[in-house]
Amino acid sequence: MVKKTDLGPILEGHPFFDGMDEGARKLIVGCAKNAVFHDDDMVYKEGAAADTFYLIRHGSIALEVHTPAREPLVIETLSNGEILGWSWLVPPYRCRFDARAIGVVRAIAIDAKCLRGKCEKDHSLGYQFYKQFLPVISSRLGAARLQMIDMYGDPIAYAQKTQAVEKDTLPAKPTPGKVKKAKGKKS
Amino acid sequence: MTQAQVKYAGTAVADPMTPVLFEVGKIKRELSDTFTLELISQSGNPFSFKPGQFTMLYQFGVGEVPISISGDPLNPSKLTHTIRAVGKVTEAMMRLKKGDMVGVRGPFGTNWPVEAAEGSDVVIITGGVGLAPLRPAIYHLLANRKRYGNICIYYGARTPEDILFRKQLEKWRGRFDLKVEVTVDRALAGWNGRVGVVTKLLDLGGFDADQTVAMVCGPEVMMRFSVRALNELGVRNDSIYVSMERNMKCAVGFCGHCQYGSAFVCKDGPVFPFSDLEEIFDVREL
Repeated sequence: MVKKTDLGPILEGHPFFDGMDEGARKLIVGCAKNAVFHDDDMVYKEGAAADTFYLIRHGSIALEVHTPAREPLVIETLSNGEILGWSWLVPPYRCRFDARAIGVVRAIAIDAKCLRGKCEKDHSLGYQFYKQFLPVISSRLGAARLQMIDMYGDPIAYAQKTQAVEKDTLPAKPTPGKVKKAKGKKS
Repeated sequence: MTQAQVKYAGTAVADPMTPVLFEVGKIKRELSDTFTLELISQSGNPFSFKPGQFTMLYQFGVGEVPISISGDPLNPSKLTHTIRAVGKVTEAMMRLKKGDMVGVRGPFGTNWPVEAAEGSDVVIITGGVGLAPLRPAIYHLLANRKRYGNICIYYGARTPEDILFRKQLEKWRGRFDLKVEVTVDRALAGWNGRVGVVTKLLDLGGFDADQTVAMVCGPEVMMRFSVRALNELGVRNDSIYVSMERNMKCAVGFCGHCQYGSAFVCKDGPVFPFSDLEEIFDVREL
């Protein structure tokens, strides 16, 4: 078992802390502990209090959306060196998705409630944290938007659905108008 | 590396406008809308091509379409194409049977810079059916493995069911001298692989940005974001190659249907160094 005091060097080596000053890192060590999840363990469930976030050291975690009468949909997987959870930064501090371990996952769990308190007291620390988290949030938002556009989908089918384009017509071409009735024929 | 170095000298046939008869030797359904045709020349002559080149495939009585070659350049006795059925011609091709005949013109166009990349790391970023035009390059890299540094293949698909050449990817992934990572845009629980956009795979590294040649093929939006991600990691535009797709008809630069800026994709492409396109790649009207 790794003691709390040993987590300093581990945090230092985690990519998330690149550029963060030593003082801030030391403060975080006080809120950190090791966590291990086994295959299929729920790390947290949608709607739960977002009081912890995780630095993944090893393994993969799936972010899932649960819909009734359907299998859960995996919207993203996170793995080594990534951060799991930023809902603790945004009121009402509730988890927005389910998080489930894929295989064995080793992580550092950070007591977000404790950290929120520290950030509230020390705005300089809070600013540093937001500076670390904002690129993570921005990159995930960008990735989510790219996933939304269904870029590998059939462009013709998409154009047909949205613009009434004929098959075999490239999306770049103008949408054909209505077909004129042939002269001399009654409909 | 300049574009001139990756250009192919010419086509293998005497008259590039005359289709040559090929017989369907094998047809394999890869995905619900994607299939692979193995064609055998009626003349018995080997069909030499370079990775990244395409042919014009003629379905008699229906029409002609440009299709990238997806087979092994070291095995010119078979001409292999992997085709996604998205229109009248390709849908008709999906109904072909062993022994049917098709017309073939080509090969046409520029190739992936597999020779110019010797001595460098190679990163291949591809998505969807874009893996097909890159497969000949992968065959070449693997056949000449010692000539290259690290090789990374990063592939993205829509869902686990849409992963093209899945068994082959799994086999390549088992090699010790190759880094292969696959991600999908969405999946149901039970899929133990990655879910996320293909550009995220670049964060896994595995290559030295200063000494890397990147080959990118997939939907244009995917290529745009992949190039940006490569640039952010320090890969220069003249080391990034993309395969463009436009409305190719004649395949020899006469008709102008595939004009892209000052280039014709059929003749000056389809593989371009990104440095040649950076001025026009984001021009939406082109």
